[in-house]
Amino acid sequence: MPILFSIVVGIALFFMIGFVARALLQAFAPAHLKPTFRDTPLTACFGLSVILLYVVVAIFAPMIAPFGEGEVLGAQFLPWASPHYLGTDKLGRDMLTRLIYGARNTVGIAFATTALSFFVGSFLGIWAALAGGWLDQWLSRFVDALMAIPALILSLLLLTIFGTSVLTLILVIAAVDATRVYRLARSVAQGIVVMDYIEAARLRGEGMWRLVRREILPNAVAPLVAEFGLRFCFVFLSISALSFLGLGIKPPTADWGSMVRENATLITFGDITPLLPAGAIALLTVAVNFVVDWQLHRASGLKE
Amino acid sequence: MHGIWTMIRQRLLLGMLTLFIISAVIFGATELLPGDLARELLGQSATEETLAALREQLGLNESAPVRYWNWLTGVLHGDFGMSMATNKPISELVGTRLGNTLFLALYAAALAVPISLTLGVLAALWRNSIFDRASNALALTAISFPEFFVAYILILWLAQSGIFPSMVRMTEATTTLDFLYMAFLPALTLTLVVTAHMMRMTRAAIINLLASPYIEMARLKGMSPMRVVLRHAVPNALAPIINVVALNLAYLITGVVVVEVVFVYPGLGQLMIDAVTNRDIPVVQAIALIFACAYVLLNLLADVLSTITNPRLMHRK
Repeated sequence: MPILFSIVVGIALFFMIGFVARALLQAFAPAHLKPTFRDTPLTACFGLSVILLYVVVAIFAPMIAPFGEGEVLGAQFLPWASPHYLGTDKLGRDMLTRLIYGARNTVGIAFATTALSFFVGSFLGIWAALAGGWLDQWLSRFVDALMAIPALILSLLLLTIFGTSVLTLILVIAAVDATRVYRLARSVAQGIVVMDYIEAARLRGEGMWRLVRREILPNAVAPLVAEFGLRFCFVFLSISALSFLGLGIKPPTADWGSMVRENATLITFGDITPLLPAGAIALLTVAVNFVVDWQLHRASGLKE
Repeated sequence: MHGIWTMIRQRLLLGMLTLFIISAVIFGATELLPGDLARELLGQSATEETLAALREQLGLNESAPVRYWNWLTGVLHGDFGMSMATNKPISELVGTRLGNTLFLALYAAALAVPISLTLGVLAALWRNSIFDRASNALALTAISFPEFFVAYILILWLAQSGIFPSMVRMTEATTTLDFLYMAFLPALTLTLVVTAHMMRMTRAAIINLLASPYIEMARLKGMSPMRVVLRHAVPNALAPIINVVALNLAYLITGVVVVEVVFVYPGLGQLMIDAVTNRDIPVVQAIALIFACAYVLLNLLADVLSTITNPRLMHRK
């Protein structure tokens, strides 16, 4: 019964947030964007408001959180009651506080990783498409070889070799993910490189860097941005999975993946507290996916 | 018929080449580490003797190509070397666990493939209906859930009430039926995770075809919508569907890692996580190679099957 009840409440909340967000978007959007927002599906409005909420929580974490991030406050596994509204974890730290700080740590690290993988992947991809020849061949075959190994397995292998710390985690996931970005960036750039205006720019004597920055990037931005959302979800989920497995972000840093792992024993007693950080991960990924889905739908012009 | 065998032979050779390159990458990754592997593994406080012993054990005194050759020939004979943490032969550790993992993946596939294909076809048939929209939103949601979230929800829901066990404990007396019962929750978790993707792709593949003129012709003949989809659209959509199914089965193989840890399932994934925690490099390399092998083989199979189902690819001029 409680499960059914929570599903109903969840759906009701979803519609409420979606409608309110759409109304707000329409009320405050600049005039030229108004038509876009009128047809925005509820899912996308819901996604946008959830993402906004996470960003606010992540930025203002120290002000919102009632206690300190690593503060041990009392008995372990306290039930939900004031002043610990969501109870305490296995060391007696406030669950709510750690959830709030988790938004900052987990999402921040995932975002930094995605940004790094995008920077490296798209730069190499565009460079390979532009230069062509043996450079393109070598880079592409190398990336193919890496992509033939499943992503999680490759990251586990690399983490064994370089050891597990936050920095190696970021570098390893970014490197693995950059191979996927490289593929996309290269194929997008290849379509652009054959255009006449690129040839004209080359004849004008523009250098490689200027070509990338002024001619190719502006035209490749749209597909890359949509891909950024998708890649962020993948990176976010892999970092959480690795943290959950005890190989990612380490305590005392508050992180959603490891919080689930640390408190998982509670689930066997029917306590849902450990599900909250997992749910926080799920909610953000759902929100990002909803927004990306809407963007892709808009970009492809699919109306059916 | 002659064409099929030539094609399969070509694909197999390509697959072997891919595997060879993968093995080189997996082996060569240890060479990326600046400095001495033995010192990195044992820490700064290690004495010279223990370092020398570890180097001897790992064969680090020989050059990289020689070590690679020894490793590769060993692997081809079924000898993966020794585990550093437990000092047992790796093939012994991997043996039964490989079977367990494959069983779990197949179990999940047997549940996931029929469900997702049916749902995908129905969603395409009734597109833009409530059913389609709801299943689409649900699928997007399911794709976004981390595996451990799904797993714990299922534990909370189905294991708390005592319907299914939340842990897989195997003894001598475990029969296949018991095993199917015990492994149901892990398999269901994996099913939920991969179904969404397969369903969405099936729907997309069929809807793409529904716009083509021959489908319109079939409709104008007065055929029922169900028959149009099943007889005319599905056979032509098989190639992309097969590819997606294979891709997801390959995903299952890596997805088992997290699920095995949650359900304490005695499979390869759990062994791998333990090995990564202990930095037991030979074990990690062996398991990575096995997973990569399965991945490549599944992709190969998908390639061959989707070519066979498409006459235009089979009888290329």
